Amino acid sequence: MKEMMERKQKFPWGTLILSILAVLCAGVLVQRYVYGLGAMTNMSDGRGWGLWISFDLYCGVALAAGGFTLAAIVHIFNMEKYHPVVRPAILTAFLGYLLVVLALLVDLGQPWYIWRMIFNPNIHSPLYEVGWCVMLYTAVLALELSPAVFERLGWRIPLRIIGFIQIPLIIAGIVISTGHQNSLGSMLLIMTHTIDPLWYTPIIPALFFVSAVAVGPAMVIFEGTLSGAALGHKIKQDIFTGLGRIVSGVLVVYLIMRLADLAVAGQLDMLFNRYPQNIYWWIEILGGVVLPIILFNIPKVQQSRKGMFTAALLYIVLGLAFNRFIMSSLWLEIRPGYTYFPSWQEFAVSIGLVAWAMIAFQIAVRLLPITGQHGHGEGEAKSEEHAAPEATPAS
Amino acid sequence: MAYGVLYDGTRCIGCRSCSVACKSWNKNPADIDKDKKTSVEGGIEGKAVVSDKTFTFMRFREIGDGDDLKWAFAKVQCMHCLKPGCETACIVGALHRKKATGAVTYDKQKCIGCRYCMVACPFGIPTYQWEERMPWIRKCTFCSDRLNEAENGMAPACVTACPTHAMEFGDRDELIEKAWARINAAPEGKYVRHVYGEKEVGGTAWMYISPVEMTELDFPWLSEEPVTKNARTAMGLLPYYATGMLALMAGIYFITKRKQKIAAGKHEEKKG
Repeated sequence: MKEMMERKQKFPWGTLILSILAVLCAGVLVQRYVYGLGAMTNMSDGRGWGLWISFDLYCGVALAAGGFTLAAIVHIFNMEKYHPVVRPAILTAFLGYLLVVLALLVDLGQPWYIWRMIFNPNIHSPLYEVGWCVMLYTAVLALELSPAVFERLGWRIPLRIIGFIQIPLIIAGIVISTGHQNSLGSMLLIMTHTIDPLWYTPIIPALFFVSAVAVGPAMVIFEGTLSGAALGHKIKQDIFTGLGRIVSGVLVVYLIMRLADLAVAGQLDMLFNRYPQNIYWWIEILGGVVLPIILFNIPKVQQSRKGMFTAALLYIVLGLAFNRFIMSSLWLEIRPGYTYFPSWQEFAVSIGLVAWAMIAFQIAVRLLPITGQHGHGEGEAKSEEHAAPEATPAS
Repeated sequence: MAYGVLYDGTRCIGCRSCSVACKSWNKNPADIDKDKKTSVEGGIEGKAVVSDKTFTFMRFREIGDGDDLKWAFAKVQCMHCLKPGCETACIVGALHRKKATGAVTYDKQKCIGCRYCMVACPFGIPTYQWEERMPWIRKCTFCSDRLNEAENGMAPACVTACPTHAMEFGDRDELIEKAWARINAAPEGKYVRHVYGEKEVGGTAWMYISPVEMTELDFPWLSEEPVTKNARTAMGLLPYYATGMLALMAGIYFITKRKQKIAAGKHEEKKG
């Protein structure tokens, strides 16, 4: 408590900026619902999907992958070491999914008719799967997070119920959310002639799945370092080093898949003669995949918070987000005559929603037992701020 | 049986009666570009893009040089694919190919406005009412409300309006035969030996024969594989994927739990 009081005395510039962005976003949303999409976006018939789909949906869902990867690592693969970072990862995933849902309600032309997908299913549509996965996994994440709320409130019976269904819930969450990562890739499969051949392949869903598995732990490193610095709780370096090893291991698989796919299709020559697309490919693969693999395996980097943070950030930005942007907007062959660059309002919505999520994260971390908790055999991991209120059956 | 239209680029005179007929049958208003968000070709073609108010237009291109110069035309509208990308894409089944006529139609009673059809279409046809607060998708309907399964149905408005019979409406298979017969009977160089739409993306209801390759008229080069194939395969694998993942996770969970129990047991023994 003492520490918290001291922090409050500094002027909270970060909070101020976040609040401004959040309010601006709310204002732009009013404009969107009063005047329609055409009035405030630069989307057109040539570019029916814009920044919101590339950033909020494609990057948002992938970056929320920490929820299922950490839940799997700790509860299914039983690696107890990573227990302290499960809840922050699930909280991030939950907020990420809320952000995706909100962004979709902004992007849809007729959001008030969203219920129609329940009564008019087209089971062949990859988007149908995406829609159900968003709904179901948001619900699962809410349930996975609920023990933190029940602990704070001291409600023992709901806590016990959640504890009882915890493992089935987590397995359901893994199936749904990995299915979701796949299906975002399946959605692009229909754009056979629109996506550049350097990136179009029938195995897009598998590539999306593997890259999402890798980005989960990377996001925990990224967000753990940031929130550790901002909120003053420290995660053991040992955890970061281990997560880094997991990321680099999965990335090696991903790299092999990317190269093997091009080799099987007989398209390796495109890496050298398909200019300028190949520049993007090399930046993505060398900067976003190969470099992080190397960095995560250098002992000096493994011992440095900054080093791990940099390696994770490289993969998140260049290896993952850049890849999703290339596939869902940068190298799409759009209808001739049309160009697209997002309007400031589109940026304001995307950035503003992230600001809302960050504010919600800070509030949740202050109010709920999220960080440095809980349960058995982690005496030293227990943070001073949050003496865990009680032992949790859910852990 | 499914209907088709055969467009013959050598018969077309570029009068744009088809565009006018389309506008009047579909009660589409004039299409004036109020904002300058898009840059489009102008001139004799007019706006030369499909939009929420324009379902079809004539495309004009000067191809070749000197004595070889050809002024080539093509009518652009929804191709009414046999395996439509928009139909597979649509989350709510608002886009649907009618088996009896082959028309790919849109039902706004189902649509939620996600615009997946717009990015899924290999021909870039579905458009959106960007200026509306409550926007719907708009596209050529093949005049589905004029067609009839029985013999007494009418042809699409654009076909009826054509003064030179550049467009022929009828059974798709018969039209393919007619198209090849016409190409084979013609003197060398009158047509390129290609019926565009016969095999592209699994076949389209609208087919083109022309003195120049359709790609020179900015029609996309497309393979014979339907655009829906990979997506449908992926969706078909979904149940297997879900079951496999479920079994894998449950299996790993039981193995790791068992290991933990055994380890705990050994620990107890040592203590004891």
